[in-house]
Amino acid sequence: MLNFLLRRTVFMFVALFAVSVISFFIINLPKGDYVTAYIAQLQATGSLVDAEEAINLRKFYGLDRPLYIQYFKWIWQVIAEQNLGFSFEYNQPVTVVIAERLLLTVILAIATVIFIWIVAIPIGIISAVKQYSIWDYIFTFLGFIGLAIPDFMIALIMMYLFFVWFDFSPGGLFSPEYAQAAWSWGRLKDLIEHMYLPIVVLGTAGTASLIRITRANLLDELAKPYVVTARAKGLSEWKVIAKYPVRIALNPAISLTAYILPFLISGSVIVGVVLSLPTVGPMLVKALVAQDMYLGGGIILLIGFMTVIGTFISDLLLLWIDPRIRFEGE
Amino acid sequence: MTTKNKLDKETSILEVRGLKTYFYTADGIVRAVDGVDLDIFPKRTLGIVGESGCGKSITTKSILRLIDHPGRIIEGQVNLKGDTPKDTVDITQLKNNGTQLRQIRGGRISMIFQEPMTSFSPIHTVGNQITEAIRLHSNLDKIEANELAEDWLIRVGMSNPSQRLKQYAFELSGGQRQRAMIAMALCTNPDVLIADEPTTALDVTTQAQVLDLLKEMQEKNGMSIIMITHDLGVIAELADDVSVMYLGKVVESGTIRQVFKNPKHPYTQALLSSIPSLATGHRERLPILTGTIPHPQARPKGCPFNPRCKDFIEGTCEISFPEQEIIEEGHLVNCHLYNK
Amino acid sequence: MNYLSRIKNRLLNKNDIPEEIEEPIIQDDVSIQIATQRQLIWRRFKRHRLGFASAIVVLLFYVLVLFADFFSTSLPVKYGAARGFMPPQGIQFFEEGHFLSVCKVNGERDMESFLMVHTQDCNVRESITLFGKGYEYKLWGLFKTERHLFGMTNPDANADEWIHIMGTDKQGRDVYSRLMHGTRVSLTIGLIGVALSIVFGIFIGSISGYYGGLIDSLLQRFIEIIRSVPTIPLYMGFSSAFPEDWTINQVYFMITIIISLFAWTDLARVIRGRFLSLRDEDFVVAARLNGASTMRVVFVHMLPSFYSHVIAQASLALPLMIITETSLSYLGLGLRPPAVSYGVLLKDAQNVQAVAHTPWLFLPGVAVIVVILALNFMGDGIRDAADPYQEV
Repeated sequence: MLNFLLRRTVFMFVALFAVSVISFFIINLPKGDYVTAYIAQLQATGSLVDAEEAINLRKFYGLDRPLYIQYFKWIWQVIAEQNLGFSFEYNQPVTVVIAERLLLTVILAIATVIFIWIVAIPIGIISAVKQYSIWDYIFTFLGFIGLAIPDFMIALIMMYLFFVWFDFSPGGLFSPEYAQAAWSWGRLKDLIEHMYLPIVVLGTAGTASLIRITRANLLDELAKPYVVTARAKGLSEWKVIAKYPVRIALNPAISLTAYILPFLISGSVIVGVVLSLPTVGPMLVKALVAQDMYLGGGIILLIGFMTVIGTFISDLLLLWIDPRIRFEGE
Repeated sequence: MTTKNKLDKETSILEVRGLKTYFYTADGIVRAVDGVDLDIFPKRTLGIVGESGCGKSITTKSILRLIDHPGRIIEGQVNLKGDTPKDTVDITQLKNNGTQLRQIRGGRISMIFQEPMTSFSPIHTVGNQITEAIRLHSNLDKIEANELAEDWLIRVGMSNPSQRLKQYAFELSGGQRQRAMIAMALCTNPDVLIADEPTTALDVTTQAQVLDLLKEMQEKNGMSIIMITHDLGVIAELADDVSVMYLGKVVESGTIRQVFKNPKHPYTQALLSSIPSLATGHRERLPILTGTIPHPQARPKGCPFNPRCKDFIEGTCEISFPEQEIIEEGHLVNCHLYNK
Repeated sequence: MNYLSRIKNRLLNKNDIPEEIEEPIIQDDVSIQIATQRQLIWRRFKRHRLGFASAIVVLLFYVLVLFADFFSTSLPVKYGAARGFMPPQGIQFFEEGHFLSVCKVNGERDMESFLMVHTQDCNVRESITLFGKGYEYKLWGLFKTERHLFGMTNPDANADEWIHIMGTDKQGRDVYSRLMHGTRVSLTIGLIGVALSIVFGIFIGSISGYYGGLIDSLLQRFIEIIRSVPTIPLYMGFSSAFPEDWTINQVYFMITIIISLFAWTDLARVIRGRFLSLRDEDFVVAARLNGASTMRVVFVHMLPSFYSHVIAQASLALPLMIITETSLSYLGLGLRPPAVSYGVLLKDAQNVQAVAHTPWLFLPGVAVIVVILALNFMGDGIRDAADPYQEV
């Protein structure tokens, strides 16, 4: 078990490192650097910057140094000082700009994961136990559709349906009065009320996947000899399913969570744009279109971190649930 | 070993009459069990022998109603006798997964399987699974059940029983697992133990140990055993009575002595003569049973063995399935050769 | 009994066993015994009705890809404000002596809502010829021709002003023609992307699986890292860095490469798995003992065992690529106008109000859903057919 833990921890740090390198790479991708943009901004407001000042500025920001030194300076800034740079668009430090949005993104992601579990696992179980029944076919079909249609299309379709049926445009995560307010119970309640549509949209593909996997795994387990043994002992049918195969079929569910977390986060970016949510997605799009690179790169860095850490947490969960992993390597 | 009177149906504890279990697959109907009669007597071991695919496993699974879609028991009776004739229960008529059936399963009839590794749940301890069986069929509480479980592990000859209870199936060796399985099956004191090829997956030494254990348990507990195997040696060692099956039907049955010393059905004869023995002459060819088991959807008409039978009677054997004939008391055969 | 008849039996409560059961007689099917693996897979695939039907649908889509211009009625960029937001126009059969014809559509701007309102005036009509003439284009970049599926009989009438089968968008561009061209772009990006992924995937997967050990561990970690980062933000990041002055084709090329960079991991994992299990098979060991070079062992002996899995995996990766490109372009970070792809087309349908009033703009969405479903079903069908554990 310790072996497993150690490997996953090392892996997590390596992944975090990779994410930071990629983010740094993206930040520096567009032509020109921070100083160029800064100068351009200054010029737009009327001040002039001559060549010598530009060179000094570059020295000051370490932009005349080789790239890997820049990387270390930047990553040090991020970790030690929690400074992600400066956003041109908003004229504020990146951290200030994205703080709340990031929080909402995290809340949305976690809520969606819980939603997926609550919906998909029971359906998967029913589908497997009542195999070949009409419900099985319905769920399998729906699941398939859910997998095949891209997230943003589902969002669009839902928005369209809401508009046509209820004459109401769902959007955002808050009612107007709570949008900019400080956190309070009322705000939390408002958030929960608004969250269901994004969660359903975001969770569709994941739910479909999990239903399929749970069903397949449960079917595999139900065909195994120990299930027959349990029945031969006189165990009641639902106990046979609940005690034995379900616990085992649950494992893939947790591993799946680790797997779909990146997709969830990706999806939330797109869905956020379509549904105009105050999450990180729409902001990222705007930042990238405007080539506000510290903001864009910073968001990408944080998203990447979140995903890797989330994956690690679900690895820990898996460890807790499956005794077989505890004995791995013995 | 008590002497028995096979025709005296009163003393049997379990009888199977005309059992038919068919599988309705996408490619057609597979008649896995096609009219099987069996008699199981107290304190005696019945061996069911036959090639792979002849329906032995399905027969015993049908007894415990463990047949799943697309299989169904379509006909027949499985009568489990009670203390008085009135207490006889036809297992095929019980409500599926109802209380009565579940009491019989594991309580009066237990089953052990070929692969002990996969027959135990991988995520529960061995002790947990044994105590579960105990508590399903008794009123003992957790502590008492645990003690009883440990007691049984001692009885089956397991080393370090208290430690074993807390271990998982994959931590035990093959022989230990099989012992644990036997303990789990016997801890409820069933009347009948069904052993489905319990030694096939074991090496010869462990095999011998397990067979000895079964014999010992039978003597001490007085239960009947139904032993399924394709290994004639195992039958010879353990069984008192034997039924030979081919393609879902019983073709010959009787006591070990009757069937092994005086096999009447050509199939039985072929099986027995294909065992190499020290008596086989040097460089003499072993007699082979020609042909292979037919495709399940392509069963021969009439007697299913006819295409491979050395005593095939044209005009008779491919037309109808032979009636049961009594060779001598207790020795029955289904073969046109003996039609009176 | 397939699924449908099973359901039917359940619904009609047909649980009874027929009285007389006919014994089917099966001759030893010689053709099964001598069929090559490819033939067996093809047989099984044909039996999987949904997969087979989907494969036909996919094929049809790729016919559109090949003949996009042939099917179009106007150049995708051709616009005309007066024809903005025209609803789909019907083609009439057998009117006034013409086999196929269209009515003239007049557009007027409604002064209150500022929307264009279109009315059909069927007194003025033009006839349509199948395989008639239209705008000039180069078929596959090689042959100049003017042939289209729908052409105007009257040489003075322009197809791009008269025919709008699926209506027009805000700028009066023909949705149908744009859909044809969008199909071409989206589906080819997907195909090229998959091809690249296959190359990466086979390369890395086979090295990983064949050599095993440390190399395998390292490569596997590498793959895991790639899989654990969310892709869309990365794609967005990369594509936003494209200089403004790049041509459409350059952008197209780069997007394809970027998407493939992350998409090959699934394929690599499958291939690695297969290699690992095949590596110890007797026939591989025999080949090596015979002195066959590594290359030969891999390509002649091992690869044929699982190329069907590769195909199955690839056909399941394709829809993912299409979705990715569509999503990116939809957000404005992939292909941009004047390029046409599904994503670009759907960008016009972003506004819910617009969709409510001009639902035909959503037709590319239908196309996306259909092609992705078809690809998924087809992929599943291939995967099931290639599964060696299935019965013939």
